[in-house]
Amino acid sequence: MAHDHTHKADMTRREFASVAAAAAAGFLLTACGPRRLREIPRDRLRKAIADWEREYSERYGKSVTVSDAGPMPGVLFAYALDLSRCNGSRRCVDACVAENNQSRDPEVKWIRVLSMNKDKGIDFSDADPYYSPAEVPEPGRFYVPTACQHCRNAPCTKVCPTGATWTEKDGIVVIDYDWCIGCRCCMAACPYGARHFNWVAPKVPSEQINPAMHYLGNRPRPRGVVEKCTWCIQRTRAGRYPACAEACPTGARKFGNMLDPDSEIRYILENKRVLLLKEELNTMPKFFYFYGT
Amino acid sequence: MRRAARLTGIAFAIAIAWTMVARGGTQTPAPQGAPTLPSKPSAPPAEPGVRVEVPPPPFSDGIFPCTTCHNNDMPANRARRTLTDMHTDIVLKHDAEHRWCLDCHDADNRDQLHLASGDPVPFDESYRLCGQCHGEKYRDWRAGVHGRRVGQWNGAKRYLLCVHCHSPHQPRFKPMAPQAAPHPPMRPK
Repeated sequence: MAHDHTHKADMTRREFASVAAAAAAGFLLTACGPRRLREIPRDRLRKAIADWEREYSERYGKSVTVSDAGPMPGVLFAYALDLSRCNGSRRCVDACVAENNQSRDPEVKWIRVLSMNKDKGIDFSDADPYYSPAEVPEPGRFYVPTACQHCRNAPCTKVCPTGATWTEKDGIVVIDYDWCIGCRCCMAACPYGARHFNWVAPKVPSEQINPAMHYLGNRPRPRGVVEKCTWCIQRTRAGRYPACAEACPTGARKFGNMLDPDSEIRYILENKRVLLLKEELNTMPKFFYFYGT
Repeated sequence: MRRAARLTGIAFAIAIAWTMVARGGTQTPAPQGAPTLPSKPSAPPAEPGVRVEVPPPPFSDGIFPCTTCHNNDMPANRARRTLTDMHTDIVLKHDAEHRWCLDCHDADNRDQLHLASGDPVPFDESYRLCGQCHGEKYRDWRAGVHGRRVGQWNGAKRYLLCVHCHSPHQPRFKPMAPQAAPHPPMRPK
Protein backbone atom coordinates (compact mmCIF):
# COMPACT_ATOMS: atom_id res chain seq x y z
CA MET A 1 0.00 0.00 0.00
CA ALA A 2 2.64 2.37 1.12
CA HIS A 3 4.65 1.60 -1.95
CA ASP A 4 1.68 2.39 -4.21
CA HIS A 5 1.09 5.71 -2.54
CA THR A 6 4.68 6.78 -2.96
CA HIS A 7 4.57 5.70 -6.56
CA LYS A 8 1.48 7.89 -7.26
CA ALA A 9 3.18 10.93 -5.79
CA ASP A 10 6.13 10.61 -8.15
CA MET A 11 6.43 13.15 -10.89
CA THR A 12 6.71 12.40 -14.51
CA ARG A 13 9.69 13.87 -16.29
CA ARG A 14 7.41 16.31 -18.10
CA GLU A 15 5.80 17.57 -14.87
CA PHE A 16 9.17 18.09 -13.28
CA ALA A 17 10.42 20.04 -16.26
CA SER A 18 7.38 22.33 -16.19
CA VAL A 19 7.67 23.06 -12.48
CA ALA A 20 11.39 23.65 -12.76
CA ALA A 21 10.90 26.04 -15.68
CA ALA A 22 8.24 27.98 -13.77
CA ALA A 23 10.48 28.24 -10.71
CA ALA A 24 13.39 29.43 -12.83
CA ALA A 25 11.23 32.04 -14.53
CA GLY A 26 9.94 33.19 -11.16
CA PHE A 27 13.45 33.48 -9.80
CA LEU A 28 14.60 35.44 -12.83
CA LEU A 29 11.65 37.82 -12.61
CA THR A 30 12.30 38.45 -8.93
CA ALA A 31 16.03 38.84 -9.37
CA CYS A 32 15.97 40.99 -12.47
CA GLY A 33 12.60 42.69 -12.18
CA PRO A 34 11.80 45.72 -10.08
CA ARG A 35 13.00 45.74 -6.50
CA ARG A 36 12.13 47.50 -3.31
CA LEU A 37 14.22 50.63 -2.89
CA ARG A 38 15.16 49.20 0.50
CA GLU A 39 17.23 46.42 -0.98
CA ILE A 40 18.01 47.71 -4.45
CA PRO A 41 21.71 47.44 -5.35
CA ARG A 42 23.58 50.72 -5.49
CA ASP A 43 24.23 50.69 -9.23
CA ARG A 44 20.60 50.04 -10.02
CA LEU A 45 19.53 52.82 -7.66
CA ARG A 46 21.85 55.21 -9.50
CA LYS A 47 20.25 54.23 -12.77
CA ALA A 48 16.75 54.64 -11.36
CA ILE A 49 17.70 58.06 -10.02
CA ALA A 50 19.06 59.15 -13.38
CA ASP A 51 15.76 58.08 -14.95
CA TRP A 52 13.74 60.00 -12.36
CA GLU A 53 15.82 63.11 -12.74
CA ARG A 54 15.28 63.04 -16.49
CA GLU A 55 11.57 62.34 -16.15
CA TYR A 56 10.88 65.00 -13.50
CA SER A 57 13.02 67.64 -15.21
CA GLU A 58 11.00 67.12 -18.37
CA ARG A 59 7.69 67.13 -16.55
CA TYR A 60 8.32 70.33 -14.58
CA GLY A 61 10.57 72.15 -17.01
CA LYS A 62 13.33 72.75 -14.49
CA SER A 63 16.49 70.99 -13.46
CA VAL A 64 15.47 68.45 -10.82
CA THR A 65 18.04 66.61 -8.70
CA VAL A 66 17.17 63.44 -6.81
CA SER A 67 19.51 62.73 -3.91
CA ASP A 68 20.38 59.21 -2.84
CA ALA A 69 22.06 60.31 0.39
CA GLY A 70 22.04 57.48 2.91
CA PRO A 71 21.98 57.64 6.70
CA MET A 72 25.07 59.21 8.29
CA PRO A 73 26.95 56.90 10.65
CA GLY A 74 26.48 57.68 14.34
CA VAL A 75 23.33 59.70 13.74
CA LEU A 76 19.89 59.00 15.18
CA PHE A 77 17.55 61.86 14.48
CA ALA A 78 15.08 63.20 16.99
CA TYR A 79 12.72 66.15 17.05
CA ALA A 80 11.46 68.24 19.91
CA LEU A 81 8.64 70.75 19.98
CA ASP A 82 8.12 73.36 22.65
CA LEU A 83 4.43 73.35 23.57
CA SER A 84 4.84 76.47 25.67
CA ARG A 85 6.10 78.40 22.62
CA CYS A 86 3.94 77.16 19.74
CA ASN A 87 1.41 79.87 18.91
CA GLY A 88 -0.50 77.97 16.26
CA SER A 89 0.57 80.20 13.38
CA ARG A 90 0.79 77.23 10.97
CA ARG A 91 3.93 78.65 9.35
CA CYS A 92 5.41 75.15 9.64
CA VAL A 93 2.52 73.65 7.66
CA ASP A 94 3.03 75.95 4.70
CA ALA A 95 6.80 75.58 4.73
CA CYS A 96 6.36 71.80 4.77
CA VAL A 97 3.93 71.83 1.84
CA ALA A 98 6.30 73.95 -0.25
CA GLU A 99 9.43 71.99 0.66
CA ASN A 100 7.99 68.54 0.20
CA ASN A 101 5.92 69.01 -2.98
CA GLN A 102 2.66 68.13 -1.32
CA SER A 103 -0.45 68.20 -3.44
CA ARG A 104 -2.08 71.63 -3.53
CA ASP A 105 -5.33 70.32 -4.98
CA PRO A 106 -6.59 68.23 -3.33
CA GLU A 107 -4.72 69.43 -0.30
CA VAL A 108 -2.26 67.16 1.44
CA LYS A 109 -0.64 68.55 4.59
CA TRP A 110 1.72 66.39 6.56
CA ILE A 111 1.60 68.63 9.63
CA ARG A 112 -1.68 69.07 11.43
CA VAL A 113 -1.82 71.69 14.18
CA LEU A 114 -4.39 70.83 16.83
CA SER A 115 -5.90 73.59 18.91
CA MET A 116 -6.66 72.38 22.40
CA ASN A 117 -8.38 73.72 25.48
CA LYS A 118 -6.02 74.71 28.28
CA ASP A 119 -8.55 73.55 30.86
CA LYS A 120 -8.69 70.05 29.42
CA GLY A 121 -5.04 69.56 28.56
CA ILE A 122 -4.05 67.20 25.77
CA ASP A 123 -7.35 65.66 24.77
CA PHE A 124 -7.59 64.42 21.19
CA SER A 125 -11.36 64.08 21.34
CA ASP A 126 -11.59 67.80 21.97
CA ALA A 127 -8.92 68.94 19.51
CA ASP A 128 -9.70 71.26 16.63
CA PRO A 129 -7.43 71.26 13.56
CA TYR A 130 -9.65 73.70 11.63
CA TYR A 131 -9.31 76.72 13.93
CA SER A 132 -9.23 79.98 12.04
CA PRO A 133 -9.34 83.10 14.22
CA ALA A 134 -8.02 86.49 13.14
CA GLU A 135 -5.09 86.19 15.50
CA VAL A 136 -3.31 83.41 17.35
CA PRO A 137 -2.77 82.43 20.09
CA GLU A 138 -6.39 82.53 21.17
CA PRO A 139 -7.04 82.99 24.87
CA GLY A 140 -7.51 79.70 26.69
CA ARG A 141 -6.12 77.59 23.85
CA PHE A 142 -2.81 75.90 23.23
CA TYR A 143 -1.52 74.23 20.11
CA VAL A 144 -0.12 70.76 19.46
CA PRO A 145 1.34 70.31 15.97
CA THR A 146 1.37 66.67 14.95
CA ALA A 147 3.03 64.83 12.11
CA CYS A 148 4.86 61.51 11.79
CA GLN A 149 6.38 60.69 15.18
CA HIS A 150 9.05 58.42 13.65
CA CYS A 151 8.36 55.74 16.25
CA ARG A 152 11.07 53.33 17.26
CA ASN A 153 8.32 50.74 17.59
CA ALA A 154 6.38 51.85 14.55
CA PRO A 155 3.03 50.11 14.03
CA CYS A 156 2.82 51.29 10.42
CA THR A 157 5.92 49.46 9.24
CA LYS A 158 4.75 46.23 10.87
CA VAL A 159 1.44 46.06 9.06
CA CYS A 160 2.63 46.90 5.56
CA PRO A 161 1.94 43.77 3.47
CA THR A 162 4.49 44.64 0.79
CA GLY A 163 7.34 45.94 2.92
CA ALA A 164 7.02 49.34 1.31
CA THR A 165 7.66 51.28 4.51
CA TRP A 166 10.49 50.85 6.99
CA THR A 167 12.78 52.64 9.43
CA GLU A 168 16.13 53.82 8.13
CA LYS A 169 19.31 53.52 10.22
CA ASP A 170 19.14 57.20 11.18
CA GLY A 171 15.62 56.69 12.51
CA ILE A 172 13.58 58.15 9.66
CA VAL A 173 10.51 56.12 8.73
CA VAL A 174 10.27 56.17 4.94
CA ILE A 175 7.95 54.95 2.20
CA ASP A 176 8.82 53.37 -1.14
CA TYR A 177 6.22 54.97 -3.39
CA ASP A 178 6.79 52.32 -6.06
CA TRP A 179 6.03 49.40 -3.76
CA CYS A 180 3.13 50.96 -1.89
CA ILE A 181 -0.07 49.27 -3.13
CA GLY A 182 -2.31 51.81 -1.45
CA CYS A 183 -4.02 49.35 0.92
CA ARG A 184 -3.82 51.98 3.70
CA CYS A 185 -3.22 49.40 6.44
CA CYS A 186 -0.46 51.71 7.72
CA MET A 187 -2.93 54.57 7.99
CA ALA A 188 -5.19 52.40 10.09
CA ALA A 189 -2.27 51.33 12.24
CA CYS A 190 -0.86 54.82 12.86
CA PRO A 191 -2.31 56.24 16.08
CA TYR A 192 -1.26 59.78 15.13
CA GLY A 193 -3.08 60.21 11.82
CA ALA A 194 0.26 61.07 10.32
CA ARG A 195 -0.11 59.25 7.00
CA HIS A 196 -1.97 60.68 4.06
CA PHE A 197 -3.41 58.97 1.00
CA ASN A 198 -3.36 60.26 -2.55
CA TRP A 199 -6.89 59.58 -3.71
CA VAL A 200 -6.05 61.24 -7.01
CA ALA A 201 -2.75 62.19 -8.61
CA PRO A 202 -1.24 65.04 -6.55
CA LYS A 203 -1.25 68.41 -8.29
CA VAL A 204 1.63 70.81 -7.79
CA PRO A 205 2.15 73.73 -10.19
CA SER A 206 5.51 73.41 -11.97
CA GLU A 207 6.72 76.79 -10.74
CA GLN A 208 6.12 75.70 -7.15
CA ILE A 209 7.96 72.37 -7.42
CA ASN A 210 10.96 72.11 -5.13
CA PRO A 211 13.61 70.65 -7.46
CA ALA A 212 15.87 69.43 -4.63
CA MET A 213 14.46 65.96 -4.08
CA HIS A 214 15.36 62.73 -2.33
CA TYR A 215 14.37 59.31 -3.60
CA LEU A 216 12.74 58.43 -0.27
CA GLY A 217 11.33 61.87 0.36
CA ASN A 218 9.76 64.66 -1.62
CA ARG A 219 9.90 63.26 -5.13
CA PRO A 220 6.50 63.37 -6.83
CA ARG A 221 4.08 60.73 -5.65
CA PRO A 222 1.74 58.87 -7.99
CA ARG A 223 -1.97 58.39 -7.37
CA GLY A 224 -2.92 55.69 -4.88
CA VAL A 225 0.06 55.76 -2.53
CA VAL A 226 0.52 56.84 1.05
CA GLU A 227 2.87 59.68 2.03
CA LYS A 228 3.99 61.34 5.24
CA CYS A 229 6.64 63.45 6.95
CA THR A 230 10.21 62.28 6.31
CA TRP A 231 11.84 64.93 8.54
CA CYS A 232 12.80 66.61 5.26
CA ILE A 233 15.14 63.74 4.43
CA GLN A 234 16.49 65.72 1.45
CA ARG A 235 17.61 68.49 3.82
CA THR A 236 18.50 66.70 7.03
CA ARG A 237 20.73 64.13 5.34
CA ALA A 238 22.60 67.09 3.89
CA GLY A 239 23.05 68.50 7.41
CA ARG A 240 20.31 71.11 7.27
CA TYR A 241 17.44 71.71 9.65
CA PRO A 242 13.99 70.60 8.46
CA ALA A 243 11.92 73.29 6.73
CA CYS A 244 9.35 73.45 9.54
CA ALA A 245 12.04 74.11 12.16
CA GLU A 246 13.39 77.04 10.16
CA ALA A 247 9.94 78.44 9.46
CA CYS A 248 8.66 78.45 13.04
CA PRO A 249 8.31 82.12 14.09
CA THR A 250 8.59 81.29 17.79
CA GLY A 251 11.52 78.89 17.50
CA ALA A 252 9.47 76.12 19.07
CA ARG A 253 10.83 73.40 16.76
CA LYS A 254 14.15 71.73 17.50
CA PHE A 255 15.89 69.02 15.55
CA GLY A 256 19.15 67.15 15.87
CA ASN A 257 21.15 64.04 16.53
CA MET A 258 20.09 62.19 19.66
CA LEU A 259 23.47 60.43 19.84
CA ASP A 260 25.41 63.71 20.02
CA PRO A 261 25.66 64.73 23.71
CA ASP A 262 26.16 68.40 22.74
CA SER A 263 23.08 68.61 20.54
CA GLU A 264 20.08 70.80 21.23
CA ILE A 265 17.95 67.66 21.41
CA ARG A 266 20.05 66.16 24.18
CA TYR A 267 19.93 69.42 26.14
CA ILE A 268 16.14 69.28 25.96
CA LEU A 269 15.92 65.62 26.94
CA GLU A 270 18.25 66.17 29.86
CA ASN A 271 16.94 69.52 31.16
CA LYS A 272 13.30 69.92 30.20
CA ARG A 273 9.98 68.34 31.01
CA VAL A 274 9.40 66.08 28.03
CA LEU A 275 6.29 64.18 27.03
CA LEU A 276 5.28 61.79 24.28
CA LEU A 277 1.95 61.66 22.50
CA LYS A 278 -0.02 58.52 23.36
CA GLU A 279 2.90 57.13 25.29
CA GLU A 280 0.70 54.31 26.60
CA LEU A 281 0.64 52.72 23.14
CA ASN A 282 4.36 51.93 23.41
CA THR A 283 5.10 53.26 19.95
CA MET A 284 8.20 54.98 21.37
CA PRO A 285 8.21 58.13 19.23
CA LYS A 286 11.40 60.03 18.50
CA PHE A 287 9.28 63.17 18.37
CA PHE A 288 9.27 64.77 21.80
CA TYR A 289 7.08 67.55 23.15
CA PHE A 290 8.51 69.69 25.91
CA TYR A 291 7.85 72.74 28.01
CA GLY A 292 10.61 75.28 27.50
CA THR A 293 9.57 77.50 30.39
CA MET B 1 46.01 66.50 11.47
CA ARG B 2 45.73 69.66 9.41
CA ARG B 3 42.05 69.82 10.29
CA ALA B 4 42.84 69.56 13.99
CA ALA B 5 45.38 72.36 13.67
CA ARG B 6 42.87 74.54 11.90
CA LEU B 7 40.23 73.89 14.57
CA THR B 8 42.69 74.73 17.30
CA GLY B 9 43.51 77.94 15.44
CA ILE B 10 39.89 78.92 15.21
CA ALA B 11 39.30 78.13 18.86
CA PHE B 12 42.32 80.22 19.80
CA ALA B 13 41.13 83.17 17.73
CA ILE B 14 37.68 82.92 19.27
CA ALA B 15 39.15 82.78 22.75
CA ILE B 16 41.16 85.95 22.12
CA ALA B 17 38.12 87.71 20.70
CA TRP B 18 36.09 86.66 23.70
CA THR B 19 38.68 87.87 26.16
CA MET B 20 38.65 91.28 24.49
CA VAL B 21 34.87 91.41 24.65
CA ALA B 22 34.81 90.28 28.26
CA ARG B 23 37.25 93.00 29.23
CA GLY B 24 34.69 95.44 27.91
CA GLY B 25 36.86 96.16 24.87
CA THR B 26 37.05 99.47 23.13
CA GLN B 27 35.47 98.34 19.90
CA THR B 28 32.56 100.33 18.52
CA PRO B 29 29.44 98.34 17.86
CA ALA B 30 29.56 97.02 14.33
CA PRO B 31 26.10 96.10 13.11
CA GLN B 32 27.58 93.66 10.60
CA GLY B 33 29.78 92.01 13.19
CA ALA B 34 29.05 88.37 13.98
CA PRO B 35 30.05 87.70 17.56
CA THR B 36 30.66 84.10 18.39
CA LEU B 37 28.05 82.47 20.51
CA PRO B 38 29.47 80.78 23.59
CA SER B 39 28.17 77.28 24.02
CA LYS B 40 28.45 77.22 27.79
CA PRO B 41 28.18 80.06 30.27
CA SER B 42 31.49 81.36 31.59
CA ALA B 43 33.41 79.02 29.29
CA PRO B 44 35.32 79.99 26.18
CA PRO B 45 32.79 80.34 23.38
CA ALA B 46 31.35 78.10 20.66
CA GLU B 47 32.47 74.61 19.91
CA PRO B 48 35.53 74.85 17.69
CA GLY B 49 34.78 74.72 14.01
CA VAL B 50 31.12 75.56 14.44
CA ARG B 51 30.41 78.88 12.83
CA VAL B 52 27.55 80.84 14.30
CA GLU B 53 26.17 83.94 12.66
CA VAL B 54 23.80 86.63 13.74
CA PRO B 55 22.04 89.28 11.68
CA PRO B 56 22.58 92.93 12.69
CA PRO B 57 20.38 94.32 15.49
CA PRO B 58 16.98 95.53 14.24
CA PHE B 59 17.40 99.29 14.58
CA SER B 60 14.62 101.61 13.45
CA ASP B 61 15.53 103.31 10.17
CA GLY B 62 18.10 106.05 10.50
CA ILE B 63 18.29 105.84 14.29
CA PHE B 64 21.80 104.39 14.55
CA PRO B 65 24.44 105.56 15.34
CA CYS B 66 22.81 107.38 18.22
CA THR B 67 25.79 109.73 18.52
CA THR B 68 24.67 111.47 15.33
CA CYS B 69 22.37 113.46 17.61
CA HIS B 70 23.59 112.51 21.07
CA ASN B 71 27.00 114.17 20.67
CA ASN B 72 28.86 116.73 22.72
CA ASP B 73 26.36 119.43 21.74
CA MET B 74 23.65 117.60 23.63
CA PRO B 75 24.46 117.11 27.28
CA ALA B 76 22.86 114.09 28.92
CA ASN B 77 19.84 114.80 31.05
CA ARG B 78 19.85 111.97 33.57
CA ALA B 79 16.56 112.91 35.21
CA ARG B 80 13.90 110.26 34.85
CA ARG B 81 11.08 111.76 32.82
CA THR B 82 8.61 111.15 30.03
CA LEU B 83 10.20 112.05 26.71
CA THR B 84 8.25 114.63 24.75
CA ASP B 85 10.51 115.88 21.95
CA MET B 86 11.98 112.72 20.49
CA HIS B 87 11.49 108.94 20.74
CA THR B 88 7.86 109.50 21.61
CA ASP B 89 6.95 106.38 19.64
CA ILE B 90 8.66 104.23 22.24
CA VAL B 91 6.26 103.04 24.90
CA LEU B 92 8.02 101.11 27.63
CA LYS B 93 6.09 98.02 28.70
CA HIS B 94 9.00 96.20 30.23
CA ASP B 95 8.82 96.64 33.97
CA ALA B 96 8.28 100.35 33.35
CA GLU B 97 7.68 101.07 37.02
CA HIS B 98 11.23 100.30 37.90
CA ARG B 99 13.06 101.21 34.77
CA TRP B 100 13.66 103.87 32.19
CA CYS B 101 15.92 104.55 29.18
CA LEU B 102 19.26 105.06 30.89
CA ASP B 103 19.02 101.83 32.87
CA CYS B 104 19.99 100.02 29.68
CA HIS B 105 21.19 102.76 27.29
CA ASP B 106 24.51 104.30 28.19
CA ALA B 107 24.46 108.06 28.79
CA ASP B 108 28.22 108.44 28.26
CA ASN B 109 28.41 106.50 25.02
CA ARG B 110 25.06 106.46 23.32
CA ASP B 111 26.18 103.92 20.76
CA GLN B 112 26.20 101.18 23.32
CA LEU B 113 24.28 99.73 26.20
CA HIS B 114 25.48 99.01 29.68
CA LEU B 115 25.03 96.25 32.20
CA ALA B 116 23.82 96.77 35.75
CA SER B 117 27.48 96.82 36.74
CA GLY B 118 28.08 99.74 34.38
CA ASP B 119 30.15 97.68 31.95
CA PRO B 120 29.42 98.69 28.36
CA VAL B 121 27.81 96.24 25.96
CA PRO B 122 27.59 96.78 22.21
CA PHE B 123 24.16 96.53 20.62
CA ASP B 124 25.09 93.35 18.80
CA GLU B 125 25.72 91.64 22.14
CA SER B 126 22.58 92.90 23.81
CA TYR B 127 21.79 89.33 24.93
CA ARG B 128 24.26 89.84 27.76
CA LEU B 129 22.12 92.69 29.00
CA CYS B 130 18.90 90.67 28.71
CA GLY B 131 20.60 87.71 30.40
CA GLN B 132 21.11 89.69 33.60
CA CYS B 133 17.45 89.24 34.51
CA HIS B 134 16.37 86.42 32.20
CA GLY B 135 19.15 84.03 33.09
CA GLU B 136 17.12 80.91 32.50
CA LYS B 137 16.10 81.98 29.01
CA TYR B 138 19.65 83.11 28.33
CA ARG B 139 20.95 79.66 29.20
CA ASP B 140 18.40 77.96 26.97
CA TRP B 141 19.13 80.39 24.16
CA ARG B 142 22.84 79.70 24.34
CA ALA B 143 22.11 75.99 24.14
CA GLY B 144 20.01 76.71 21.02
CA VAL B 145 16.77 75.70 22.70
CA HIS B 146 15.13 79.10 23.17
CA GLY B 147 14.60 80.95 19.91
CA ARG B 148 15.00 80.02 16.30
CA ARG B 149 18.14 78.78 14.67
CA VAL B 150 18.62 78.37 10.96
CA GLY B 151 21.25 76.45 9.06
CA GLN B 152 22.95 73.13 9.77
CA TRP B 153 21.92 70.87 12.64
CA ASN B 154 25.50 69.60 12.70
CA GLY B 155 27.39 72.73 11.72
CA ALA B 156 27.15 76.42 10.86
CA LYS B 157 23.98 78.09 12.06
CA ARG B 158 22.48 81.50 12.27
CA TYR B 159 20.90 82.64 15.49
CA LEU B 160 18.85 85.66 16.34
CA LEU B 161 19.32 88.20 19.11
CA CYS B 162 16.62 88.44 21.78
CA VAL B 163 15.55 91.74 20.23
CA HIS B 164 14.87 90.22 16.81
CA CYS B 165 11.74 88.56 18.22
CA HIS B 166 11.07 90.59 21.37
CA SER B 167 11.01 94.36 21.12
CA PRO B 168 13.20 95.41 24.04
CA HIS B 169 10.68 98.08 24.99
CA GLN B 170 7.63 95.80 24.72
CA PRO B 171 8.97 92.28 24.86
CA ARG B 172 5.74 90.32 24.80
CA PHE B 173 5.60 88.23 21.62
CA LYS B 174 3.02 89.77 19.30
CA PRO B 175 -0.04 87.76 18.23
CA MET B 176 -0.14 86.99 14.51
CA ALA B 177 -2.59 85.87 11.86
CA PRO B 178 -2.51 82.11 11.32
CA GLN B 179 -2.07 80.58 7.88
CA ALA B 180 -5.10 79.04 6.23
CA ALA B 181 -6.82 76.14 7.96
CA PRO B 182 -6.61 72.73 6.25
CA HIS B 183 -9.51 71.50 4.15
CA PRO B 184 -11.44 68.60 5.63
CA PRO B 185 -10.31 65.27 4.18
CA MET B 186 -11.35 64.59 0.62
CA ARG B 187 -13.30 61.44 -0.17
CA PRO B 188 -13.46 59.76 -3.59
CA LYS B 189 -16.46 60.88 -5.60
